[in-house]
Amino acid sequence: MVLGGGDVIRFQNVGVRYGLGPKILHDVSLRLEEGSFHFLTGASGAGKSSLLRLMYLANQPSRGLISLFGHDIATTPKRDLPGLRRQVGVVFQDFRLIDHLTAMENVALPLRVAGASEEQVREHVPELLNWVGLSDQIDARPPTLSGGQKQRVAIARAIIARPKLLLADEPTGNVDDHIAMRLMHLFEELNKIGTTVVVATHNKSLVTGFAHPRLHLANGELEVLKAGTPFSEHEDETDAEDRR
Amino acid sequence: MSSAPVLPLARDASSRFLPWLIAFMVWLAAMALAAVLVLSSYGNQWRSNLTGTLTVQITTTSDEAVETTEQRLNRALEIIRKTPGVVSTEAVPLKRISDLLAPWLGRDVVSESLGLPIPRLIDVRINPEKNIDVAALWERLNKEVSGTQVDDHGAWLDKLIALAGAVEAITLAVLVLISIAAVATVVFATRTSLTIHRDVIELLHVIGAKDQYVADQFHWHALTLGLKGGIAGVFLATATLLGLVSLWSGVESSLLPPISLSIWQWICVLAVAFAAAGISTVTARITVLRALGRMP
Ligand SMILES: Nc1ncnc2c1ncn2[C@@H]1O[C@H](COP(=O)(O)OP(=O)(O)OP(=O)(O)O)[C@@H](O)[C@H]1O
Ligand SMILES: [Mg+2]
Repeated sequence: MVLGGGDVIRFQNVGVRYGLGPKILHDVSLRLEEGSFHFLTGASGAGKSSLLRLMYLANQPSRGLISLFGHDIATTPKRDLPGLRRQVGVVFQDFRLIDHLTAMENVALPLRVAGASEEQVREHVPELLNWVGLSDQIDARPPTLSGGQKQRVAIARAIIARPKLLLADEPTGNVDDHIAMRLMHLFEELNKIGTTVVVATHNKSLVTGFAHPRLHLANGELEVLKAGTPFSEHEDETDAEDRR
Repeated sequence: MSSAPVLPLARDASSRFLPWLIAFMVWLAAMALAAVLVLSSYGNQWRSNLTGTLTVQITTTSDEAVETTEQRLNRALEIIRKTPGVVSTEAVPLKRISDLLAPWLGRDVVSESLGLPIPRLIDVRINPEKNIDVAALWERLNKEVSGTQVDDHGAWLDKLIALAGAVEAITLAVLVLISIAAVATVVFATRTSLTIHRDVIELLHVIGAKDQYVADQFHWHALTLGLKGGIAGVFLATATLLGLVSLWSGVESSLLPPISLSIWQWICVLAVAFAAAGISTVTARITVLRALGRMP
């Protein structure tokens, strides 16, 4: 079943709960158009990562419909899911780098999984690592890297295979403002060439510094706020609480 | 450039103990298989050696005056020779019968001069393929020549063959049980590896790796472990079998022919190594694919 032709992602009345626990998302409906750029905000524990997990097909919703690139996930044959997942690049909140592989091999993983040739790997991976400022760390393993360096490796891995949809969960949490801006500009570049981007973040200056609409999660409900909508007082409170 | 494997399976604890377990099971399986092969070739040998012969005994009777044992022997020979399926007959010379009896009765007693009634024996070679009716022959001999007995070795041979058959069946059951144990071992080892590498496998899944991609890594790993264990086990089994063969050759007995395995039988025993590698590979692959199939 094909839903919403031009939409990269479409949620209809999606609900999520883990096991018998409380509902994390209640009745979320949303559409992300091709080429759009959204921030995703909400207090810690609001369900930002949970929402992204549904988008990269790591979890199934407890209820509701999800379609990705026009494919209804519930009715898509299982053998077709890897092909859909390869078009999604993910920067995980906890990086999920493989400790025994070098930065080079970690970044090359999506290419290898997709069956790319060794030449392609050797051509593109060092170039991208150079771009994120890690040309010295090509052969370093994650345990020897700083938090910010790991984050940049994770971002390089998410975009190496030129995904149509980029989901970044707190991609700037461990880097200084200068690098955060650089990474945001990288996401904007990718967005300009057609990549749909969702960036989950706590960083208000990041959200206010770029003119992109914001998906805001609170109490299991999703609200779509236009670019430039100021943060409410209530949000300030919860955020302050998180920062402790 | 050979890059490090994405899943460092070789570093798992199971990679160290699994080859040893497989080697042990392969050793057991190879010994059981060798036993089956030897037993079934014994069975065949016994059948063809012994079912090819009959022994007819002519006992002495009290009225030697009417017809001597010698005369009855000749008449019996006559009848047997005419029976279809008989290849040759030979009256065992008195001298040999005396020699056979001497250790029990003493040389003096059996010497002809004492006139002790000594039965006569006829060795009959029959064509084993013709399925000669021993009962009918015995009946005819009994009717026409008094004091004859036919021994077709059948009764005890049947028991021996049945015994060998039972041992063979038990050994086959042991082989099946070893295979089941091998499968269970590989399933547990694979599940352990899946748990250890859960994070990486989930990551691969999420970035779009097909289940086959992950299964392939387990596949080659299990093949390597299976071959390692299999070759070690077959090596040990070969050494054990050669040792047994050399011990056996010291025992001379017509009942237990020398154990020797034909070239084909040796190949069967060596093939246990490859069977082990095959079982290990297929089991690991199926276990992984089933586990991955449960992921969203
Ligand atoms: N696998 C899980 N099993 C059970 N509960 C979970 C699981 N993952 C998340 N949760 C719960 O779901 C809620 C939302 O978690 P989630 O990680 O989506 O929040 P978040 O908005 O990403 O928070 P943060 O800003 O701290 O990353 C939390 O209460 C969390 O405890
Ligand atoms: Mg989160």
